[in-house]
Amino acid sequence: MSNDFYTLNVNGEDHQVADSWAGESLLWVLRERLGFPGAKNACEEGECGSCSVRIGEEVVCSCLVLAGSAIEQEITTIEGLSAEGELSDVQQAFIDAGAVQCGFCTPGLLVTIDHLLEENESPDDLTVREAISGNLCRCTGYGRILEAVQIAAASRRGGKRE
Amino acid sequence: MSDVKTDTPTSSFRIGDSAPRPDGIPKVKGTFAFSSDLWHEKMLWGGTLRSPHPAARIRKLDVTEALLIDGVHTVLTHEDVPGEAVYGLEHADQPVMAAEVVRYEGEPVAIVAADHPEIVRRALAAIKVEYEEMVPLTDPETAESVDHIHPDGNVFRKINLRHGDQEIQGDVQVEGIYEVGMQDQAFLGPESGLAVPGEDGGVDLYVSTQWLHADRRQVASCLGMREEDVRITLAGVGGAFGAREDLSLHVHLCMLAMRTNRPVKMVYSREESFHGHVHRHPAKMWYRHHADREGNLVRVEARVLLDGGAYASSSGAVIANAACFAAGPYRIPNANIEGIVVRTNNPPCGAMRGFGAVQTCMGHEAQMDKLATALNIDPVEIRLKNALRTGDQLLTGQTITGTAPVAEVIRTCAEHIPSYQESSDLMSLPGGAGRTADPEHISRGEAIAVGFKNLMFSEGFDDFSSAVCHLEGGVATITCACAEVGQGFVTLAQQITREILGVEEVVLAPAATETVGSAGSTSASRQTWMSGGAVQKACEEVRLQLLQRLAEEHKVSVDDLVLVEGQALSLNGDFSINIDEATENPLEARVEYRHAPTFPLDENGQGDAHVSFAFAAHRAVVDVDPELGLVKVVELVTSQDVGRLLNPLQAIGQLEGGAAQGVGLAVMEEVLVAEGNIRNASFTDYLIPTALDMPPVEIAAIIEQPEPGAPFGAKGIGEPPSISSTAAVVAAIREATNLELPRVPVRLTDIVSIEEMS
Repeated sequence: MSNDFYTLNVNGEDHQVADSWAGESLLWVLRERLGFPGAKNACEEGECGSCSVRIGEEVVCSCLVLAGSAIEQEITTIEGLSAEGELSDVQQAFIDAGAVQCGFCTPGLLVTIDHLLEENESPDDLTVREAISGNLCRCTGYGRILEAVQIAAASRRGGKRE
Repeated sequence: MSDVKTDTPTSSFRIGDSAPRPDGIPKVKGTFAFSSDLWHEKMLWGGTLRSPHPAARIRKLDVTEALLIDGVHTVLTHEDVPGEAVYGLEHADQPVMAAEVVRYEGEPVAIVAADHPEIVRRALAAIKVEYEEMVPLTDPETAESVDHIHPDGNVFRKINLRHGDQEIQGDVQVEGIYEVGMQDQAFLGPESGLAVPGEDGGVDLYVSTQWLHADRRQVASCLGMREEDVRITLAGVGGAFGAREDLSLHVHLCMLAMRTNRPVKMVYSREESFHGHVHRHPAKMWYRHHADREGNLVRVEARVLLDGGAYASSSGAVIANAACFAAGPYRIPNANIEGIVVRTNNPPCGAMRGFGAVQTCMGHEAQMDKLATALNIDPVEIRLKNALRTGDQLLTGQTITGTAPVAEVIRTCAEHIPSYQESSDLMSLPGGAGRTADPEHISRGEAIAVGFKNLMFSEGFDDFSSAVCHLEGGVATITCACAEVGQGFVTLAQQITREILGVEEVVLAPAATETVGSAGSTSASRQTWMSGGAVQKACEEVRLQLLQRLAEEHKVSVDDLVLVEGQALSLNGDFSINIDEATENPLEARVEYRHAPTFPLDENGQGDAHVSFAFAAHRAVVDVDPELGLVKVVELVTSQDVGRLLNPLQAIGQLEGGAAQGVGLAVMEEVLVAEGNIRNASFTDYLIPTALDMPPVEIAAIIEQPEPGAPFGAKGIGEPPSISSTAAVVAAIREATNLELPRVPVRLTDIVSIEEMS
């Protein structure tokens, strides 16, 4: 155990991480030390995407990132996708399209899709499937999730479905 | 799916509307508390030491060194179990922790509570166990004849179902042997929970589960405590699909919390999860179908062998389903079905979506295709010709009194013209991102399958659900212990309440053993009917109380009053009052709801054992590269019998999601077990369909024929999507390859023989 602390910037705010173990993953530190339980722990081996967060411009599996290596970078979690009491367009589309069932994959998917739509405002079906293929969902069969992406993309383009 | 309402209207959502989930917002915000998100001040972390051997005697178990590690608070073994040493859903035969012997790889041997998960891991590594390995019993075929590996014997249940003429021969006979591999439910939310010792000597357990009250019964028994001193509250559940019907960490958590007098949290890793819950039973099935020259089924003979693994779990109910529905939703006058489920040293098997019926559907549908070929009849036509109808008898001799739109699901599914646009992208070929398949080599196949299953618990089980409706100040509060596992019961409970009471605001109290009686299990497609029925009944009673109160106070007739949009109105318009005003003094009803009674199967497997049945058909289109053995499921079409559609959007979610699990079983999902050891306990090696693997699912028809006796006429819809989807996909691969493919999941090496590859 170390008496040193380090600082992580999460959703625009600095957080001190004290007394942590050297081997702790970013997922663990976010969930258990900093109070951001939104990123999920379905596999903790980089296969399911439920722990997806953004570091800078990249979406990563936070279970595979050493927390200490994420200092001095902007980390965005599901908690940072919309302000309190508000929903982002993708979050709203997930609710409207029926893309949420148990909800365990939802935060990771939202982080991934938010990033996808930032880079490509009109992704076709195959592009979306490829973009979310690292995020496992066991409940939905992905149909309503794909629908939600198209709803959100259309709203970003001003309401037009392509 | 353009006809699905996807806007979020502001008006109230009643029965038949695509009401949004009440937990939708916290789930998309990341604030919904799953069982793995729980936290408590002064909380310790728990962990489990598991056997590395599928069969061994424990010669020595020494926890001394683990206890010496700084930060370790306790280490417990079988000697510390305060109550009954064993538990089980139907039959108590599974040790809380192994005593003298271990019977499967992953069986719990010791548990630890410590300050940090890393200390837990070190402590588990410091426990010394001396095992004397034994030869594991891994072949279910021999289980009946070899030495017992458990005092309760090696056969969990055997059913000899005899119906009609046992000797009659058909003009045409087809035969086959089929196998289904072991599937994992692979819910995403790992087993997890938090136990908090109570000041009164009791314990509070927050856990993800499918059946709170059955958990409580078993936990209390193992803790040697009264049921009322074990208080279980449902924590957020990240999917279930049957795997949470049995206990996992429940007793362990409570033991650790009570011993340390500290709250204890435990979360299984994915690898541990594969060892920590039951799987879908692997099946070996032999069939012989007899038909006349016109294609009418004359007799079906079958033997279904299920590997139950080390402990009973729900094996008894699974084999009953496998036997009763062995031949599919067809009119079959004569049958002889032997169903047997045995104990082995393989991983324990139990409930998974569609249990029993999923395995046999793969067999009976392959047989129907063989029969169609033998008779030179179209596969759709032979199914239509034999399709069950209301008034027909099942193999159990039970007459179907409810709806049975089998022909309708087959016909609509077969006739549907897909709207799916084929992609010319090479990524869409078998092999996907590997881009290895050559478009010139692709062979396409298309096939249909149909399946069915019982709804609710069968064979005379006292199946009920309980609910409380409290109406005060115009706000209805529903209390029901129904486990919401993602399926959307919470949405439905609100819709039912709004429908009956005409109020907008419906609060759902936490599901807990303290506040309400059992809701039964969230399994067997039963909660829409059972807990839906309980909520309906509770609301109806409160409605009547309210109308009687108004009739007395305002001199109006009960029959003249309606509750709508927050108001009680008389039909002639003379009287109206806001419900919030009328319920300043609260009203409450506490009810139990039961379905119509069922009866045990007799010694010939005959009897009115089931309540109701739901049917679905799937049509699959696949592309196969026969040289590389690669398969791409291009599209699925489905039709399903739902009784009545209560929430279209949620129904689509069940149809699509269930089909995905069926696709997985058809082409990729199998827990690989070698000499009793699981070889692929990770999402790296156990593959479930990704968005690239999963084809679009087109819904050809949702058949609405209200089921007599069902609340709102609605049937459960969760399981049918997983039953015929697997059978349709494998049949389509057979069409594409001309191979027999008697086993699922179909592996690359089933399509390309090893000799060809080398």
